[in-house]
Amino acid sequence: MEKKIIKTDLLVIGGGAAGSYAAVTARREDPELNVTVIEKAHIERSGCLAAGINAINAYLNPGETPESYLHYVKNDSYGLVRDDLVYSIGRGLNKVTREVEDWGLKILKDEDGNYLKRSSRSIKIEGENFKEILADEVERSGVRVLNKTAALNYIKKDGRVCGAFALNLREDRFYVIKAKAVICATGGAAGIYEPNNSGRAKHKMWYPPFNTGAGYAMGIRAGAEMTTFEMRFVALRVKDVIAPTGSFAFAGGRQVNQQGEEYLKKYSRITTAMRLYATVRENKEGRGPCYLDLGHLEADKKEKLAESLLGMCPGVVLKWEDNQQEFSELKVEIEGTEPYIVGGHCQSGYWIGLDRSTTLPGLFAAGDVAGGAPKKYVTGAFVEGEIAAKSAVREIKELPQNFLDINISELITNEYQRVKTVLDNPEGAAASRLEEKLQQIMENYAGGRSQYYELEASKLKQARSKLKELKAECRNLKADSLRDFLAVQELLERIDVAEVLIEHLLYREETRWPAYQSRLDFPQRKKEWRKFVNSRRSPVTGKIEIIEREYKSLEEYSSFADRSQEDFYLEYNL
Amino acid sequence: MAIKIDKSICDGCPDYQEGRCERICPGNLIAKEGEKAEMKRPAECWDCAACVKACPRNAISLYLPEEIGGQGTELKVQQNQKRSLWIFDKEDGSRKVYKTG
Repeated sequence: MEKKIIKTDLLVIGGGAAGSYAAVTARREDPELNVTVIEKAHIERSGCLAAGINAINAYLNPGETPESYLHYVKNDSYGLVRDDLVYSIGRGLNKVTREVEDWGLKILKDEDGNYLKRSSRSIKIEGENFKEILADEVERSGVRVLNKTAALNYIKKDGRVCGAFALNLREDRFYVIKAKAVICATGGAAGIYEPNNSGRAKHKMWYPPFNTGAGYAMGIRAGAEMTTFEMRFVALRVKDVIAPTGSFAFAGGRQVNQQGEEYLKKYSRITTAMRLYATVRENKEGRGPCYLDLGHLEADKKEKLAESLLGMCPGVVLKWEDNQQEFSELKVEIEGTEPYIVGGHCQSGYWIGLDRSTTLPGLFAAGDVAGGAPKKYVTGAFVEGEIAAKSAVREIKELPQNFLDINISELITNEYQRVKTVLDNPEGAAASRLEEKLQQIMENYAGGRSQYYELEASKLKQARSKLKELKAECRNLKADSLRDFLAVQELLERIDVAEVLIEHLLYREETRWPAYQSRLDFPQRKKEWRKFVNSRRSPVTGKIEIIEREYKSLEEYSSFADRSQEDFYLEYNL
Repeated sequence: MAIKIDKSICDGCPDYQEGRCERICPGNLIAKEGEKAEMKRPAECWDCAACVKACPRNAISLYLPEEIGGQGTELKVQQNQKRSLWIFDKEDGSRKVYKTG
C-alpha cells in the first residue's frame, strides 16, 4: 500500500449536498484557494441524493419567513432546538434554492412562473439528476475531487485538526492529507439498528446504508463535543420498499388503521414524530397495520404519481409493476424505519457555533453530521455548507504561510500501521458478523422497531455492557481486501456512534420526542429537561463525559463572538 | 441482490479504466471480474439504480428481491439529454414504459 502525502488549503470530507456546496462556496470566496473534496464513493451519485429527490422540503414559500421557519421547526421538535442555527438556515434557504436552479436543477413552476408549491415549506422539483448537477458545479469551480477515498481519522496536532488520513479503495493508496482547515460533511449513520428488511433486501432502507457515521466517529475519537444523539430519527415509510410517504400524503392520502379509522384524529399536536408514534401505537394496541389510503386513483393521476416517484425511489413503482393485477384503489401499508442518527432530520451531531465551527479548532461541520438544527434537509445542508466554507476561508487567511510544515510522522506511522494490521491479519472476525451483533444489541436493548422504539434504563445499561464486549471482539478483525477494510472501518464507526448514543439515551430522564426518544421509565416531558444533552469522549481515557448545555431563545443569542447577529448575516451575505 | 448484470451484454467498458457501474456505485459494491462487471456484495445493494442509469450498454436491470415480494419484473433506464425512459419488463413478457424529464 502506497503512502501519499498531499497538502491542501481546505479539505472537505464528503461530497454530498453539504460538502459539494461548501467546496463551491470556498472557491468563490477565494479563487486562489486549493480545495480538496474526498468522497467515499463517486461524487456524481453518492450519498442521500444518489437516486434523486422530487421535492425541496425546506423552502420559504410566500408568507413564510426565517422566523416562521424557526417557529415551525422548534414546535415540531418539542421546544428544543438551537434557535440560532435553525434561524440562520431560514435566512439562506431561498438563496441556495435559486442558486442550484442556476446550476441546472429543474424546479416546477405554475403559469405565472412561480415555484410550484407542495406545502408552505415545500416545492416540487424534477431532481433525478440533482447529484450530477452538484458534481458538475464542483468540477466547474476547480475543486480537486478524490473519489473512492474514505476518510479514516482526523490528523490532530497540538489540539488542532490539520487534515485527515484516508484510504483510496481503487489505487491501494494511503493518503495523508494536510489541510489548513477541514469541513466535515459525511452525513449521518444508518445500520446502527436492525434494518426493516432481511436477507438480500436488508439495505432496502430510507437513509443511505453507506452513511455509516464516519464523521461522527472521527469527531468522537478526536474528542469533539456532540449533541442530542438521543433524538433518533425514525421515518414513516411505505412498507417493504421503504419509499417516502410525502408524495402519497400530498397526493391526498389519509392515514388510516385496519378499521379504516383516521387515527391521527385521536392525538393532539400532530408533529412529524407524532405521525409515527401514533402509527406505532395503533400497531402495538392491535389496530394495525396502518395505511396511507389514496382511495380511487384515476389512471392519469396514478401515472403522474409514478413518474414523480421514479426519480427518487424507483423501487415503489417496481413493486406496482410487479403486481400482476391492475389497481384503481391505492392503499399502501406504512411502518416506521430502523432508527437513524441524522442531524438533517433530527439534530444529532457536532456541537457547533453559528459559524459552523466545532469545538475542535480547525474543524467545521455542515449537513447531517452537524447538530442542533433539525429539518434542514437538502437546502439547509447547502446553507450550512456555505456558512462553514466562508468561516473556514476566513480562518485560513489568518494562518501563517508555513502552517502545514508540521511534523506528524509518528501519527502517520500509527494510523498506517492500524490499517496494515487488519489487512495482514490471517485470521480474525469478519466485519459482517459483528455488524449483525451490533444491530441485535441495539434492536433489543436500545429501542429498535420490534421494541416499539421504547427505552428503559435497565435495558440501556445491558446494551452498554454488551457493546463493551463487542468492542473487545473488534480487537481481532480481518480484511482480505481494501473493500473489506472499509467494512471493518464502517463497523468501528457504527460502534463508536452506538456507544455515545447509549449514554445520551440513558442521560435524558424524560420523554421529549415521541417514538424518537420514548422512555418507559420516564414517560413525561419535563420542563427542567428543556436543555441539551451533549457528550465528549476523552481521547486519552476513552471515557464518555456528559455535558449539559442550556437552551436559549433566538433573542438570547444577541451576539456572536465579537459581533452582533445582524453583522454576522451581513458579513456572510445571508 | 437487486440488480442483474447481463454478462452477454456487458463489455466491461473497454474504453474506460473502470467500469461505469463500478465507478458510480455509491456503495462500492461492483468490481470487474476479468472482462465483465460483477456485483460483489449482493446483499448490500441500496436499489438506487445509479448503475442501471450509468451502464452505456443497458446491461443492468433493477428488480425487487423475493424477501419483499419481488415477482421478477425488471427495470432498465435509458437516459439521453434530460429525458429518461423507464422500461419495466415483466415476467409474462409484457412491458410498461414511463417517460420523465
